[in-house]
Amino acid sequence: MSTRKPYVRSMDGWWKKNPYFVEYMVHEATALFVAAYVLVLLVGVIRLGQGETAWNGWLAAMQSPVSVIAHLVLLAGAVYHTYSWFKILPMTMPPVVVGGKKMAPEALTGSALIVAAVAGLALLAVVWRIAL
Amino acid sequence: MSENHKIIEIEVLRYNPESDDEPHLEVFKVPFSDDMSVLQGAQYIKDNLDGSLTFRWSCRMAICGSCGMMIDGIPKLSCETFLRDYYPKRIRIEAMAHFPIEKDLVVDLSGFIAKLESIDPYIIPKEPRTLEQGEYLQSPEEFNRYIQFTSCINCALCYAACPQFGLNHEFIGPGMMALVQRYNLDSRDGGSAQRMQLVASEEQGVYHCSAVGYCSEVCPKHVDPANAVNVNKANAAKDYFLHFLSPKGGSK
Repeated sequence: MSTRKPYVRSMDGWWKKNPYFVEYMVHEATALFVAAYVLVLLVGVIRLGQGETAWNGWLAAMQSPVSVIAHLVLLAGAVYHTYSWFKILPMTMPPVVVGGKKMAPEALTGSALIVAAVAGLALLAVVWRIAL
Repeated sequence: MSENHKIIEIEVLRYNPESDDEPHLEVFKVPFSDDMSVLQGAQYIKDNLDGSLTFRWSCRMAICGSCGMMIDGIPKLSCETFLRDYYPKRIRIEAMAHFPIEKDLVVDLSGFIAKLESIDPYIIPKEPRTLEQGEYLQSPEEFNRYIQFTSCINCALCYAACPQFGLNHEFIGPGMMALVQRYNLDSRDGGSAQRMQLVASEEQGVYHCSAVGYCSEVCPKHVDPANAVNVNKANAAKDYFLHFLSPKGGSK
């Protein structure tokens, strides 16, 4: 008779057991920050459709101190989300070969972050011009 | 082991299927020198303190892939991890996470081996050649496409690092996908379509990966299995859509 009795360990609370997993969960959770801001903008579009008074009310709400703080929190979440996704970018794409050599993961992450920063600033400049 | 020895406490997760209902921790005091690995610490325990301690090992030089264990919660090869790096703190060793514990530090790898067989881990020639036609030629560029994935030693540390495998043992997992890449990217191989059945499978396939990335972090051979898994998500999607365009494309 076999005396085998393999023991299967529980996975309860797995993500709290390793700092790497905690970081993974934070990076996944910051997607909710991005989603929250999408909702804020969506409400703005709906208010715009409801006429001038509704739109001006939304604009005023956006300028309240609570809204400014919320914007800063959501921005921090979105920036971390961007950073943490681009950090794992090299492991999600086929190797990029430049001049016969594989691009280093750090170079890929760095390039993606630079592109994201430039795109973000360009968008800000465009919106700024329209707003003024 | 000549110079004056320091003593390190090694805490071992013990499990004897014949007498225990669940694993428990046991602490051993082990004299060590600076050149001693964690594996040698376990060997000291077995030889001098408790002969019943059970663990796997073979080469002692990070190539056989037998001695993987959780060392202070991190999947590592115990032969290339040194006791001096943990002293004076107590060090804890446990069987590789996510696998069923057979006894002490030995895990049940039968699921892992079954998956290994299921991916056809050998070259399936693109075209049959006779001896007269000579060998299959490959350029250095073609060789470089897959060489990284040949370094896998089947140590299974990536599975001990993968929470998705821990939550769902059906998932084909990082190491197997690295091997799939090793053959799929080989210019002599024509087995990609055959392997795609498994790669894209709903129960076992690559979409069970949520890009945690810890598998690549712990890989002792820098194979980057996370890359193999994630690149194949795109390949599986491409294959799925090709299925609509061409009766030849697509595995299902």
